[in-house]
Order: sequence, then C-alpha cells, then structure tokens
Amino acid sequence: MSKPSFVYVTYIRTTPEKVWAALTDPVTMRKYWFGAFAETDWKPGSPWTLKFDDGRVADAGEILESEPPKRLVIRWRNEWKEEIKAEGWSRCTMTIEPYQGVAQLTIRHELEGDGTKFIEAVSGGWPRILSNLKSLLETGAVAYETKA
Amino acid sequence: MDAVFKALADESRRDLLDHLRADNGQTLGQLCAGLPAMTRQAVSKHLGILEEANLVATVKRGREKLHYLNPVPIHEIGERWIGKFERSRLQALSDMKNALEQEKSDE
Repeated sequence: MSKPSFVYVTYIRTTPEKVWAALTDPVTMRKYWFGAFAETDWKPGSPWTLKFDDGRVADAGEILESEPPKRLVIRWRNEWKEEIKAEGWSRCTMTIEPYQGVAQLTIRHELEGDGTKFIEAVSGGWPRILSNLKSLLETGAVAYETKA
Repeated sequence: MDAVFKALADESRRDLLDHLRADNGQTLGQLCAGLPAMTRQAVSKHLGILEEANLVATVKRGREKLHYLNPVPIHEIGERWIGKFERSRLQALSDMKNALEQEKSDE
C-alpha cells in the first residue's frame, strides 16, 4: 500500500455518533453529498456501492473495516469513467475521534497502484462534501445543494 | 478561524504549504531538504503552527510522520464569504426577475 495521497481533517461541533450516523445513513448522505448515497449494510466484507442522484453507479467496492462510531475503511474504485476505473483500487479510511468537546473527522485515500486521475477526481470533491457535512450537522442546512 | 489567518499571515508558512501542495505527504526531513533557507527548528516550529490551525494534517507511517496540506479550513473561509456573496447575487437576480415580470403583467 502506498502512502496516503491526501488527508483531510475537519472538526465538527457534534458527537462522534452523529458523524457516524451522517456517514452511513443514505438519506442524510444525499443532503451533503450532492444527492449521492451509499448502498451497503456497513458490515466488514459486505459490498458497497456509491450511487449518483439518478441511481447510476458512481463508485463501488467493499467494506473492509467498520467500527462504529470510530472507524470505517472502504475498498473503493471508480465505476463510471473508464480511464479512472483503470487505475484500480483505492482504500478510503474515515476516522472519527472526540477532540476537545467536538468530533474530529479525518478522511484519507490510498491508491493500491499508480495513477493520478482517481486522486484528482476525489480530492476535489471531498472538501466540498466535508464542508456540507459540517454545515448540516452544525446548522441543519448545507451550503451547496447541487454539484454546480 | 483566527488561527488559520495567523498561520497564513507568514511567508515562510505559505512556502511550506506550497511545498506540500507540490508533493503531499512529506516528512520533516524532506521538507527541510526542499527549503534550504530555513533551519530545521524553524520548519518544525512553522509546521506546529500550521498543524494547530488544521492547515496541515499528519499521518504516522511506521516511524515516519508524514505532513499533508489540509485545504478544508481554507474551503470553509471561502464558503463563509464567497458563498454569501453568491447567495445575495442570486437574490438580486431573483428580485429583478420578479420586478420585470411584474411590470410586464401590469402592461
């Protein structure tokens, strides 16, 4: 496994349990993930699919680790753009830790092989998704509703 | 948010972020090698301030500590002001549309 390609950290004024619920509940996901949502039972070894608003499969993979409300590891591959899919698998690790009364959420991606397109594609999206998630959990509303 | 502005208000620290942007996930040693004008102590001190402001995130990998540029706080600053201006522009456009359409129906 190569070193992480990026690491994103945000602090959210809420509890780790609420962050976990927002990361794993498809109805909540749609609110901050520009309509996209996951289909899985979140158990280690289970398949995981990320779908666009219209139901097309965006990404797919498998749940590698699931430890509510602390740690989620997903084997993750793009499924909708051939040249990105060709770069193969990545591993996304999400960790939630209590930190001075708030929740610290860290997202990191590691590519199993080489390539830059997958990382380019996901690294642009995460800061907006995380901002939206923070707004949603702290204020009940998101800043961006559509992927403009 | 004060910590983010304070951290960014220093050219050496912006240089450090530029180096991470070019090559994310560097050790202290790698960063020092790329910034020969700064002492190791200075790089280490600046990294501490950037970490405190959540502009740098670190990951332990074996005995190494890797440093990553974390753009999330900068994104949040953009959203706080730029987003607000966009919203008011949209509101202005929407008001104009309503006013013009009102005029038309009054004719």
